[in-house]
Parts: sequence; structure tokens; C-alpha cells
Amino acid sequence: MSKSPEEVGGFKNHPPIRVVLAKLGLDGHDRGLKVVARMLRDGGMEVVYLGLRQTTETIIDAVEQEDADVVGISMLNAGHLTLGPRMVGALADAGLDVPVVIGGIVPDEDLPALVDAGVAGVLGPGASADEVVACVVAAADSRG
Amino acid sequence: MCRGGRRLPGLIPVSGVVRSVAELVAAARGGERRAVARLLTLVERGGALADEVAERSWSALGGTPDESADGRRAHVIGVTGPPGAGKSTLVAGWMIRLVERGCRPAVLAVDPSSPLTGGAILGDRVRMADATAAGVFIRSIATRGHAGGLALAVPGMVRVLELGGFDPVVVETVGVGQVEVDVASAADTVLVVVTPGMGDAVQANKAGLLEVADLFAVNKSDRPDAADVRRDLELMLDLSGLTGHHREGVNDRPSITSTVATTGVGLGELADATETHLVKLSAAGILGARREERWRSEVRSHLDRLLLDSSHHLVNGLIRGSLMTGDAASYGTSPAAVARGLALLLAEQMTEHLDGVVEDDR
Repeated sequence: MSKSPEEVGGFKNHPPIRVVLAKLGLDGHDRGLKVVARMLRDGGMEVVYLGLRQTTETIIDAVEQEDADVVGISMLNAGHLTLGPRMVGALADAGLDVPVVIGGIVPDEDLPALVDAGVAGVLGPGASADEVVACVVAAADSRG
Repeated sequence: MCRGGRRLPGLIPVSGVVRSVAELVAAARGGERRAVARLLTLVERGGALADEVAERSWSALGGTPDESADGRRAHVIGVTGPPGAGKSTLVAGWMIRLVERGCRPAVLAVDPSSPLTGGAILGDRVRMADATAAGVFIRSIATRGHAGGLALAVPGMVRVLELGGFDPVVVETVGVGQVEVDVASAADTVLVVVTPGMGDAVQANKAGLLEVADLFAVNKSDRPDAADVRRDLELMLDLSGLTGHHREGVNDRPSITSTVATTGVGLGELADATETHLVKLSAAGILGARREERWRSEVRSHLDRLLLDSSHHLVNGLIRGSLMTGDAASYGTSPAAVARGLALLLAEQMTEHLDGVVEDDR
């Protein structure tokens, strides 16, 4: 039995995973995001790079038009507890089943709240390229 | 502190509504952006579903290369030029002006895939944030191994956007050098973006990219040597006039617009120039011929891909078999002659292999 068009998302022997990467909110530090973009590129993914000062609205426009598999947002401004759940909620409200991975400075005690909010993964300082790629692959696979 | 990647449980529940290609095509015709986006994905991935999208969108558009019954053929504009010329910034500002004029533009922005990993960084949206906010539909595309400045799926993706009611559809190529001129056979109008500092009049007269232009934009024209670029282009066009050299069926001298994409200078003129070009093509009866050529070119590129795919591992096998086994005699023959011998072998093997490929696709 063949899968219907919208079920085709298995990534083995399949087209590259498409990831939208953005800095969400007021935060000018995009060095980490650029490093992650390069890690994902070298991991065989297609990275739609939005860069600095994005809002949940601009990210949703991009996710919709690019038919992205995963959203990666980078926050080094301690906004993750506010903006992380807001991003997840905004995608859900828009009817977009696209997992969110957060990169940045996230203290351990904040992780349960992000899990509860439905964040698919959190990457911190020192994450290796393999870990970053594996986390995004797992997030993409979680769409089923 | 966090160290390394954490994978947390508690994933977002799957809530996507699953739709057939026919339903997606119907929704796209109604202007639903999400359906358009999903159809673009299917076309890009290729295979049986892409074929179904192609067939349904082709017939929905009237089944002819030129005008359809309901007039849903868009003005397809190719934008090309060297890396860093300002193509994305220029397209963004120009599209915003088209929205102000009541148009519903879409952009396909192509960037290169890594030949090593297949990955890509698609950075055009960085320059196009304002255009997104203005309602321009933008889709980033990786070349996925296709040479020539575009991706194989581009013509099919253009059709999906036409189906969605977008007009014009702008195809922005990867930053190209001199010979990547695929865009000429994928668009009604070709805009070549050049900037100051790209060389002298001899560069302007070399064969390649500049020959396929219907229009030129001299971007970054606030730079001091912008006048020189303009002069070199004018001279090049004078010489084209002298030798009668131009693209088939077009007698018009390409117009040159000076622009500064970052401040918006010249973008209104550019919008006028592209609209004028479409009117001229149409009035001169060339538009239909160009669209038929686009259709033929698309057939050719799909055929090329089928042949390449089927020949690729055979070629590797042949080369390994005849050259890598230490057959010293091969090295006494010229490479071109060896290749001709192998080509004969290949032709036989490919017939069998291609039968298999076509079967698999069913």
C-alpha cells in the first residue's frame, strides 16, 4: 500500500530534511546559529536560514511556505521559557505539525517546563555536530 | 548548564490532515498557500507523486504551453547574475512594489546543494523579510545535484505557483559565473543583474550569461564606477546590434536599469521594464514560441536526468572494469578514444537498465 502525499516524510533514502533556523526575539548573537546551520548543512540537511530578529509570525510564514520539517530557534537572552512555548503554541494554533528545537543557554531546571510545553529538543553549549544532527533528525522523525 | 544535545519526550501530537494530490491541487487553485507549499515539496521530491502533480497541474492549467482557458499562466521572470550582485535584495524590493501595484507575486529562490553531503544553506529569505511581510510567497530551493544554475524541479514548481494564482513568478538562480544559462529556457523574461567591478569591456563581450539577457539591472549603482559598467554594457549591445546577434525572435535591444536595491532606487523602473517586456513579447507573437521552447526544454532536462541516472553507475562500472584492473594497454590509447569505445558498450547496457528504471517508476 502506498503512502498518501502528506504521509511521505520518512527520511531514510529520502529527500533532505528541511529546517527553518532563526533567532527569535531581540537577541543579536547569531554566531551559534550560524555554526548550527553549518553543522546541519554538513549533515545533509537543507537549512532555510532566516537570521536575526524574527517573530513567531515571520517564522510561521517561512515554515508554511518552505514546508519545513523542523524549526530551530536560538536564544541566548534567557527568553526561552517565554518564547519557546509561545513558538510551539503559535505553530499549533496555525495547524502546523512542526517540532521545535531550541538552542542556547537553557538551565537544567528549565527543561521540565519546556518538555511540558512540547519542545522537541534542547541543545546547549558544547553540543557536538553529531548531537545537533541527531537531535534534529529525531525531531523530524517524531512527526510520524 | 546544558551540555550536549538533549532529546526530550513529550512531542507535539500529529494533527496534520492527510490530503490526496487531487485535493491539494483543488485547494491550491483556491489560493491556499499551504497546499501550494506541499505540492511544491512533492514536485521537488520527484517520483510517482511528482508525476501526478505534474499531470494534474498541467491539465488544470489548460494543457497547453501558452495561454490557458482561465488565463492562469504567469509571467515567468528569471533573475540571474554573479554571487553577491544583490539579486535577493533586488527581487525583494521589486516584489514589494508589485504587491503595491496589486500583483500577487511569488519567488523561487535557488541556492546550491553541497556536492559532498547534499546539504544546503538557503539564505535568500534573510534579504527578503520585508517581502514576506508584504505577502510575497517565497520558496527556497536547493539545486540537489543539478548544474546550470537551477534545480530540475523548477519548471514543475513554477506551474504549481501558476496554479495557485501567483503572477509574476520570479525564479532567482544561484549566483552564476559565465555559462550557467539554464534560466534562459525556463523563463519568459530574463533579467541579468550586474554590479560595478566585474571587469572591463572585454568581459562584457565574452559569450555566455550576458547574451541571454532580455533586461539588465546595474545594481549597486551608487558606487563610483557604475557608469563604467553601464557604458561597457551599452557598447556590448551596440556590437550585438552591429552583428545582428540576439536571442531568436527578439529584435529589441535589452533595456538597462540602474538600481540600488538596498535603498529602492530604480526598482519602480525595473518593474515597468519587465512589464513592458512581457507586453512586447506578446505583441510580437513571441511569447507563445518562448513558452513552447520552455516546454521542450523541460522535456529535455527530464530526459537528461533519466539518461544520466541510468548511465551513472554503468559508467563507473565500465571505467572500473576496463581501466582500473591494471590494463596498462588502456593508457597507450587517448582518453577520448577510450571513452568512445566505452560509449558503445554503454549504449547496449543502458537500454536494458533504462527499461528497469521506467518499470520501477510505475
